[in-house]
Amino acid sequence: MVANNRNVKIHVANLKKDFGNLKVLQDISTDIYEGEVVCIIGPSGSGKSTFLRCLNRLETITSGEVVVDGYHIDDKKININKVRENIGMVFQHFNLFANMNVLQNLMLAPVDLKKATREEAKAEAMRLLDKVGLTDKAESYPSQLSGGQKQRVAIARALAMKPDIMLFDEPTSALDPEMVGEVLAVMKELASEGMTMVCVTHEMGFAREVADRVIFIDEGVILEQGTPEEVFKNPQHPRTIDFLRKVL
Amino acid sequence: MSQIINTYGPLLLSAMGQTLLLALLGLFFGCILGIIFGLMSVVDNKVCNAISLVYVNVIRGVPMIVLAFFVYLGIPYGLKNIGVPLIFSALQAGTICLAVNCGAYMSEIIRAGIQAIDPGQMEAARSLGLTYWRSMFRVVLPQAIKNMIPSIVNQFIITLKDTSILSVIGFPELVNKAQNVIAITFKSFQVWTVVAVMYLVVILALQQVANALERRLNRGRK
Repeated sequence: MVANNRNVKIHVANLKKDFGNLKVLQDISTDIYEGEVVCIIGPSGSGKSTFLRCLNRLETITSGEVVVDGYHIDDKKININKVRENIGMVFQHFNLFANMNVLQNLMLAPVDLKKATREEAKAEAMRLLDKVGLTDKAESYPSQLSGGQKQRVAIARALAMKPDIMLFDEPTSALDPEMVGEVLAVMKELASEGMTMVCVTHEMGFAREVADRVIFIDEGVILEQGTPEEVFKNPQHPRTIDFLRKVL
Repeated sequence: MSQIINTYGPLLLSAMGQTLLLALLGLFFGCILGIIFGLMSVVDNKVCNAISLVYVNVIRGVPMIVLAFFVYLGIPYGLKNIGVPLIFSALQAGTICLAVNCGAYMSEIIRAGIQAIDPGQMEAARSLGLTYWRSMFRVVLPQAIKNMIPSIVNQFIITLKDTSILSVIGFPELVNKAQNVIAITFKSFQVWTVVAVMYLVVILALQQVANALERRLNRGRK
C-alpha cells in the first residue's frame, strides 16, 4: 500500500448501496491518497461502476461514509456542485454534449461556473486539446469524431475544470480495439503528472503498468487489494484467481 | 359560390381573424403551461411529478367541448352559488380552454422530448459541477427541443383546429360565423367549402413556416 504520510483524498467507510432489494455495494471501506492511481477490477455487475458513481454522488449512498477532500458527500448541507468541480469524471459512453462542438464542450463548465473568462477558457481548452492531440478537431461536433477521439475530448473536458481527482468509468470499454491505446496513453500521462485517479477498467495491462494499487471487487465487496505485483502475480482469494485466469 | 364569397367573404375573413387571435392566445398560454408541467414531470420530485400527471390525465380524459361548457357555464354558476360573482367572456373562457388543453399535450411532448435524451448528457454536465437547471438549459433542452419541433408544430395545428369547438360557447370564430351565414343563406355546401379551404390555407402556411424553421435549426449539423 502507498505510504500513509500522504494526504487522504477519498475516504470511504462502510459504504453500502442498495437498488431496491438488490445490495450492490456491501460494506466497502478504503482510503485513496493524493496522487495515487487506483484501478478497480472485477466481473461485470460486481458494483465497480456504482462504487465510482458514489464518489461524486451520481448515486446517493444507502449508508456509510464517503469523504472527498474533507466533504461528506452524502451530507445534504454541502454544495455538491462545488465538490464536483474538483472531481473530473470520464464515462464509458463519453457523454460529450451533442449540441456543442469540441471547443464548446471544453469551455462550457469553466465559463458557466465562472472559473475563467471566455478567453482564458478557450486558451486552456486549446492547451488541453493539444495535450490529447486533437487541436485540429476543435470545431468538430462529437458526431464527427471516432470513439477514441471522443474519449480523449471527454478527458480534456473533465480536465478543463482543473480537478485534483479524476474518476474513469470503464473509459475504453466502448472503444474499438485499435483506439484503446490512444486513450490509455493520455491516462498514463495524467498518472505520471501526479493526478489522483480512480479507474474502473478491464484493461489489465494498464492496471499492471500504471496503478499504484489494484482493488478487486466482487458482489459488492472488496475481496482483495494490493500493488499490481501482489494482485496479478500472487492473488490470494479464490475468486480473484478465477477472475484473473479468465481475463489474462 | 362566388356570390357567397362576394357577400360574406369579409365577414368570414374577420371571423378567421378571431380564430387566429384565439389560437394565438391559447398557444401562448398553452406553451407556458406545457413548459411548466412538462418540466414538473421530469424533475426529481415526486410531488411535482404527481401534480403534472394528474393535470395531464384529467385534461386528456375530458373532451374539450365538455371543458368549454365547464369553464364558460359551469365555473361561473358554481362560483355564484358560493357567492363569488365571476363571468368569463367567450374569449376568456375560450383562451382558458385552449391553453389548458394545449398545455396538457405540450407537457407530454416536452416530457417525452427530455426523456428521449441520453441521461448520460445530464450526468456529464452534473459531474462537471453544473446545477440541475444549468445542465437542463445548456445541454439537455437544446437537444430535446430540436427533436420536439415536429410534435410541437403538430400540436399547434391541432390547437388551431380546436378553436372551432369554441363555436359552441358563442365565440365568433370561423365555424360560429359560418353557421350564422348558413342560417341566412341555407347554402351549406358552398359555405362549408369556403370555410374548409380557409382553414387549409392557414394550416398549410403554418406548416411551411415550421418547415423553414426546422431546416434552419438543422443547418450546419449532421
